Amino acid sequence: MSVTERIDMSSRDKILGQIRQNKPDEVALPTVTTFVSHFENTEDKFREMLGLIYTEVIVVKNLEELAAKAEELYAGVVNRATTIPALSAWADFSLNVSDPHELETIEIAIVQAEFGVAENGAVWISDQYLPHRVLPFITQNLAFVIPRNALVDNMHEAYVRLQDTLGWGCFIAGPSKTADIEQSLVIGAHGARSMVIFLLEGE
Amino acid sequence: MSKTVMEHADASEVFNRDEPYVNWHDETLWFVRQKRDKSSKQLPEWEQLREAASGIKHYVLSHLDELLISFEQKAKENGVQVHWAANAAEHNEIVLGLLKKHKIDKMVKSKSMLTEECHMNEFLQKNGIEVIDTDLGERIVQLRNEPPSHIVLPAIHLKKKDIGDLFHEHLGTDAGATDPQYLTEAARQHLRDKFLTRRAALTGVNFAVAETGSFVVSTNEGNADMGAHLADIHIACMGFEKIIPKQEHLGVFLRLLARSATGQPITTYSSHFKKPREGQEMHIVIVDNGRSTQLGRKDFRNSLKCIRCGACMNTCPVYRRSGGHSYHNAVAGPIGSILAPNLDMTKNADLPFASTLCGSCSNVCPVKIDIHDQLYKWRQVLAKEGHVPKSKEIGIRAMSTVLAAPRFYQWSGRLGRTVMRAMPFMVNNALNPWYKQRDMPEPPKESFRDWYVRNRKN
Repeated sequence: MSVTERIDMSSRDKILGQIRQNKPDEVALPTVTTFVSHFENTEDKFREMLGLIYTEVIVVKNLEELAAKAEELYAGVVNRATTIPALSAWADFSLNVSDPHELETIEIAIVQAEFGVAENGAVWISDQYLPHRVLPFITQNLAFVIPRNALVDNMHEAYVRLQDTLGWGCFIAGPSKTADIEQSLVIGAHGARSMVIFLLEGE
Repeated sequence: MSKTVMEHADASEVFNRDEPYVNWHDETLWFVRQKRDKSSKQLPEWEQLREAASGIKHYVLSHLDELLISFEQKAKENGVQVHWAANAAEHNEIVLGLLKKHKIDKMVKSKSMLTEECHMNEFLQKNGIEVIDTDLGERIVQLRNEPPSHIVLPAIHLKKKDIGDLFHEHLGTDAGATDPQYLTEAARQHLRDKFLTRRAALTGVNFAVAETGSFVVSTNEGNADMGAHLADIHIACMGFEKIIPKQEHLGVFLRLLARSATGQPITTYSSHFKKPREGQEMHIVIVDNGRSTQLGRKDFRNSLKCIRCGACMNTCPVYRRSGGHSYHNAVAGPIGSILAPNLDMTKNADLPFASTLCGSCSNVCPVKIDIHDQLYKWRQVLAKEGHVPKSKEIGIRAMSTVLAAPRFYQWSGRLGRTVMRAMPFMVNNALNPWYKQRDMPEPPKESFRDWYVRNRKN
């Protein structure tokens, strides 16, 4: 057993012992911890919230239209990556790499994601949809594709839908940003500089 | 960072010398407070959400041991290694041990107030480890060799000119450049290189879920994820009060956190870590460092409900006009002032007095901590245990003599009003602390009591 392991073991018991001695009398969990949001139209709210965080929402009828839109929006951009088989002809950068550092030159990634949250414009993405966790962060520009009907009103509903997360997952709301210099909003801190969300109809 | 520590009142006096600067600081933070107000009013259920969050945290405090054990067990099942640190020194040793084991001498770090509390960066640097803070605000204050002045907005005390000069010196930006877009781009390039070359990443923890063994890290910049997903080893450090019972409770806390902090409905990234990625090592360090002692203080244990949103700082009239550094503690402002005396009563005896007890902090707190009541109660404890400075003690004693004797109170009030009218220089001078940064008001001709006695017959 190493020194740090010995610290860990004795400290664990010490901390838990002190907590047991000092914790307050038992309190029950509150009964109401979820709330319903009453939006007139969930998709409109989703759009509105994303508009506030500089994110465009585009409805596409099918995968062909998605591919056409992708061509149009990112014409002339090199290092295009995607997780969507229907866009493989559009992409020129393979995600089939073993070291995630190799992704650093990606300019645009169009990625399948699971669902969106209307109250804040966040989109849930997880290991299930990604060959590399760093992809939505390391790419210069990011686009998510989610089914048009995969929208929930608020975070309570989101967690009902999630149940359990797998290895890793993230709510992402808009492009990366910071206001650390005199509270001036700047888009493109460390993550994506721009974000587009495609709502895919049908399926 | 080993500057002589000034008491809050003295440091505030220095801060207040530049009036336009103080006004700017005050207004900037008030603007953030207003964004919080606007955002919270979008949710009709806001008060019920606060109530729910407060209730969950009370449950947490009374079940901490069980929740931590469950969290540890689940995390281990998920392939995450769990460490326990009784104090700051143990925490720092554990992190150093992990880095040494992997022969790593350079690490990126995203925001973690806990590592500030433990003075981890200094410790690691002394042991030959370079730590790069990757949150833009934190990188700025790190380059200036000073601590963050705010838990959410680390460089809120700086003007863009200060940052332009700093980046010119360290990052080679153009001399005199102050455009935030340009400066942020320079930092992006500088830090991207660090993300791509560092093998270890340390992050804080916003919430740890007992039921699943996972933890959530919230950022706007994406720096926690950039670091963690590229590194061979991810170390996440948490105070043990970060635990919440179930994943569904994140719904409550994530709705409150960013709205209270900056007025955003959610931070850009809310990253849920559960298992290391293939080939990666993930570690969680659970830290006590005085928290279990605070848990035993009946009047003060509720301070452990804090989710570190910073709303109490943005609203505090004293914080806004004295700046975060005047609190000489990793966590400044009202919440820092009720946490700090637990860590060191002698060193932090001044902090509970850095408040007007106006109660605004308690009103905005998303988890309903009775902050201003605790500030008041800490004053009693500190006075009783002999930690109150002599000058303050004499004043308090004089005050209690006057207030305890109604006739003496009436007489001294009349005397005071007469003196202020006849000889204003007696109060309008540097010896009177109330005269600093403000003019004394014109004294009323008579007290309310005198007026009432005279008019009662009518």
